Amino acid sequence: MSTYTPIASQTLGSAAASVTFSSIPQGYTDLIIVCDAIASAAANYELTFNSDTGANYSRTGLQGNGSTASSLRTTNANFIRCDQGGNLETTFGNPLLVSIMNYSNTTTYKTILSRSGGGSSAGGTGAVVGLWRNTTAITSLNFACSGATFSSGSTFSLYGITAA
Amino acid sequence: MAVYKLSTAGGAGTARTNYNSFLAGNPTFVATSYESIATATVGPGGASSVTFSSIPSTYKHLQLRVIGRTDRASSAFDAFLIKVNNDATSANYTYHYLNGDGATAIAGQENGSYGGAVVYRIGGATSPASVFGTAITDILDYASTNKYKTLRSLGGVDNNSSSPTGEIYFGSNLWLNTSAITSLVIVPRTGTNFVQYSQFALYGIL
Repeated sequence: MSTYTPIASQTLGSAAASVTFSSIPQGYTDLIIVCDAIASAAANYELTFNSDTGANYSRTGLQGNGSTASSLRTTNANFIRCDQGGNLETTFGNPLLVSIMNYSNTTTYKTILSRSGGGSSAGGTGAVVGLWRNTTAITSLNFACSGATFSSGSTFSLYGITAA
Repeated sequence: MAVYKLSTAGGAGTARTNYNSFLAGNPTFVATSYESIATATVGPGGASSVTFSSIPSTYKHLQLRVIGRTDRASSAFDAFLIKVNNDATSANYTYHYLNGDGATAIAGQENGSYGGAVVYRIGGATSPASVFGTAITDILDYASTNKYKTLRSLGGVDNNSSSPTGEIYFGSNLWLNTSAITSLVIVPRTGTNFVQYSQFALYGIL
């Protein structure tokens, strides 16, 4: 029996500054989010949990831009920037896959892994490990577009994986 | 998927039924392509190893999903080894990697350094409380008996502002053996035990 279950999906019919998945069921082990958004201007995927916009996030990223590999990080941030390698593209999709491990446990801080890519000369490929310093179960999540908007046609899909 | 009810949609000799959905009354299809095989969660006493044995050969690929932390002393970082079929012969393992510590990206490779496929990065004893690293390892065509086996991993731990602050890792391992994979034995690379709440979940992909 498949344990990779679609929970919810959103395709934007008009531009939106952010996308939220709320009332996330607690019966899964991990969450996976697959996004392919277009941005109205140079921006990033900014992920927050449970409406927490405090300085409780950090990330370590690895990226390649076609000529150079580099690494950077952010501490005590107000969100996890999930994409790496350049800003989001404004004329075509920006694929992003995020794994949120053991999202419903109430003992550990929540660690995520993401992979992203962009195809233009300004884009790149990257990976991020991110931390939310909170032991609360994740019941909602939000992607903001760092001051810009996600364009019509942007897609966001949420899946749950259940371990035996 | 078998679409088994389209015959009732009407024809020359049957009454036509109109549907508002292309599903035509069929249930929504959910792919049975990603299945849970087994999960191990470490209890209060810690665990020196985690074993997945008698892995069914019926899948195409395996995926191991981990949150982990070890008791490695005086370090906020550790890693784990996957001993394929409990093979601890270091000469049978090689790996290549690309990782970043938040300031520098490094690429490299090692041959025969560890008695298992090494996967970075999980936390050690001095990671801040409640911080666990995580890793996702894909093991492709694991049941083949015609080729060496390749593992691919993405992993990392982030300690916010506590030094060392974090590391993201992307790597591939080669197990120089053509045998089908039937078991995985997972041990800390440096520490003695995985600590409580570490979790190892094995999935099969059809």
